[in-house]
Amino acid sequence: MSKSILTRRNVLQTGAAAGAGLALPTILTAGSHSGYTNAPTGSTVTLGFNVPQTGAYADEGADELRAYMLAVEHLNGEGDGGMLSTFSSKTLEGNGILGKKVEYVTGDTQTKSDAARASAKSMIEKDGAVMITGGSSSGVAIAVQGLCQEAGVIFMAGLTHSNDTTGKDKKANGFRHFFNGYMSAAALAPVLQARYGSDRNAYHLTADYTWGWTQEESIAAATEAMGWNTVNKVRTPLKATDFSSYIAPVLNSGADILVLNHYGGNMVNSLTNAVQFGLRDKVVNNKNFEIIVPLYSRLMAKGAGANVKGIFGSTNWHWSLQDEGSKAFVKSFGTKYGFPPSQAAHTVYCQTLLYADACNRAGTFNPCGVGEALEGFEFDGLGNGKTLYRADDHQCFKDVLVVKGKENPTSEFDLLEIVEVTPMEQVKYAPDHPMFAGGDLGACNPGA
Amino acid sequence: MDAIILQILNGLDKGSAYALIALGLTLIFGTLGVVNFAHGALFVIGAFCAVTLNRIFSISFETTDPTKVDFLGNPATIKTTYLEHWFGAGPAAWMTDWSVPLAILMAIPVMLLVGVIMERGLIKHFYKRPHADQILVTFGLAIVLQEIIKFFYGANPIQTAPPDVFIGTMDLGVWLGFEANAIAYPYWRMVYFLFSTVIIGGVFAFLQFTTFGMVVRAGMADRETVGLLGIDIDKRFTITFAIAATVAGLAGVMYTPITPPTYDIGVELLVLSFVVVVVGGMGSLPGAVLAGFLLGIVESFASMNEVKNILPGIDQIIVYLMAIIVILVRPRGLMGRKGVMED
Repeated sequence: MSKSILTRRNVLQTGAAAGAGLALPTILTAGSHSGYTNAPTGSTVTLGFNVPQTGAYADEGADELRAYMLAVEHLNGEGDGGMLSTFSSKTLEGNGILGKKVEYVTGDTQTKSDAARASAKSMIEKDGAVMITGGSSSGVAIAVQGLCQEAGVIFMAGLTHSNDTTGKDKKANGFRHFFNGYMSAAALAPVLQARYGSDRNAYHLTADYTWGWTQEESIAAATEAMGWNTVNKVRTPLKATDFSSYIAPVLNSGADILVLNHYGGNMVNSLTNAVQFGLRDKVVNNKNFEIIVPLYSRLMAKGAGANVKGIFGSTNWHWSLQDEGSKAFVKSFGTKYGFPPSQAAHTVYCQTLLYADACNRAGTFNPCGVGEALEGFEFDGLGNGKTLYRADDHQCFKDVLVVKGKENPTSEFDLLEIVEVTPMEQVKYAPDHPMFAGGDLGACNPGA
Repeated sequence: MDAIILQILNGLDKGSAYALIALGLTLIFGTLGVVNFAHGALFVIGAFCAVTLNRIFSISFETTDPTKVDFLGNPATIKTTYLEHWFGAGPAAWMTDWSVPLAILMAIPVMLLVGVIMERGLIKHFYKRPHADQILVTFGLAIVLQEIIKFFYGANPIQTAPPDVFIGTMDLGVWLGFEANAIAYPYWRMVYFLFSTVIIGGVFAFLQFTTFGMVVRAGMADRETVGLLGIDIDKRFTITFAIAATVAGLAGVMYTPITPPTYDIGVELLVLSFVVVVVGGMGSLPGAVLAGFLLGIVESFASMNEVKNILPGIDQIIVYLMAIIVILVRPRGLMGRKGVMED
């Protein structure tokens, strides 16, 4: 049997241990004293870049990451400054954000919602990221946006095109620069009517997830409004690689238009299959059969090769634009990396600059202050002309590009040609539009 | 009727790929008793042999053309392939056009070598280990191989065109008494089906009519007895593994014009091919081929709108549903025999 003896040393040791234990939670949540999550206390501020580094969209994620690193360089006063000089707001002077040097951490979304949330959570909780940005899929963007709302940090969405991101799933802490399915449809419809007429029968093949559904709904509504008949809407599994069994029924369906509501690898494969089955050579109802890809990207066009020639679609931005902002960005990105940036790279670069500028204008990193600075913010010089960050839903409104696969490309990058720049007013919609109904921004959450 | 014929053709086409992969899986499982989860990666390596040959043919040197500018406004660089430089424009264009069929010549030695290295270097150490260990190690190997391919080729699909002569569709409808263009089927898919038939026939003939094949079949039935007869069965099994790898690789080479290859294309095919093996009967080569074509056709029919309107989502589960039904009705699969692979 042992005998316990209380000595002075024991008391001191126990007291010190208890004191440290009680103080620990306070030390770990030191940021909370400033009133918001991960308030920067030193001379640096950390941003979290959450992009697909593995999985189907890894190439787009890699391009996003290049643009993020370029943006950080420019914010910190390195390189040629890119679009800092063309941006209409002049708060960014190459001295970081609010005088703090910008640092960053990266996460891999794997194009999976759960993995994306886990990496964002880790960047917020372990790395102290004050803002999360990224994503190359609407499913991922919506999932991470929800997490950021709960955690009390700003989410600057990357490439996400679903109406739901700023529709039924919108959040006060989330902001989207990229356009959406409704805007694509609104921009495309008049061009399609002018080229293909009002008497057409359209068959939709749609990726079976949030982006595909809203894209299909938008383009079907816009084309039906101009007189087209929707023959069928067929959902295809996201993991499908061979679309032959979905393409074959199109042949004898009476349709003379095939709308491919597919993105990335899905689009490359479905378009390849459609061309293999001779759809583009068919004449139906005395009209040439046509294919439409509502959302294009240069990286997708590269994957699809010659199959994209003459096919109409829409895009958020293209490197061949000749405004000063686009030229500055292409020069900066092209000189550093040796090839022009994609639309994914452009939108994330803009988002990083917009966030930094909002912090500077608000004079704080507090998400509520930053959100207020972004809401209703009008700007220019970032490659899309005059742009509005609408306060009602945190969606950017700007001109939309209607593009066509180039018939005679002059280089490996020269894959799409701009056929029309659709003005912002034509693609704008009311905040309570039925396609965006059901959501609520809620209140901004500063966390902590 | 025309829609049904089209779906049968699609099914035969998909089934060709399933059958070729399942054939290799069955050979490996039947001879070595190894559950090879890296078999899908072998299909991918084959596919990327076609991509690699195309890229080799595209290796070029650059000259500057001061009359043109690049996207940054600098003088443009003009690329000329070494192929064109050495052989002239005509032969270079022909070789590039026929790069997919020519890739077969490259894929055969590559896949044989990959097969031998995999078997000797890794798989043989797991012959006597539990199936769970084999699955883990081959699955790990598959991930490593995929990531290596992604590192060099990226994650996006890579367009690989068939020869120009096979671009377009064959009007089968006219042959079968339908109106023109009622059943138009891509030439290359017909080529793929015929190619797979030849490969499957070749493998069966090899196993049936050669001494080597006889020993392998004997080994599949009773490895121990064959060993007791003084035959070095291990050596033959290494060659069998290499042959199985080559069959999967060739299936991948010829598949590239059908679906632009990505680093992870093998995963989906592998899972389905395992189902094919189980449905066909473990260790049964004819069963694997039969089940491959059967499941391909069933999967195609399940994708028809008429079927999906009645049973939404059936296209995504039909293969597994079929597997459950077959296993319940015939626990050894369609052509599995009593006593084979049951110890």
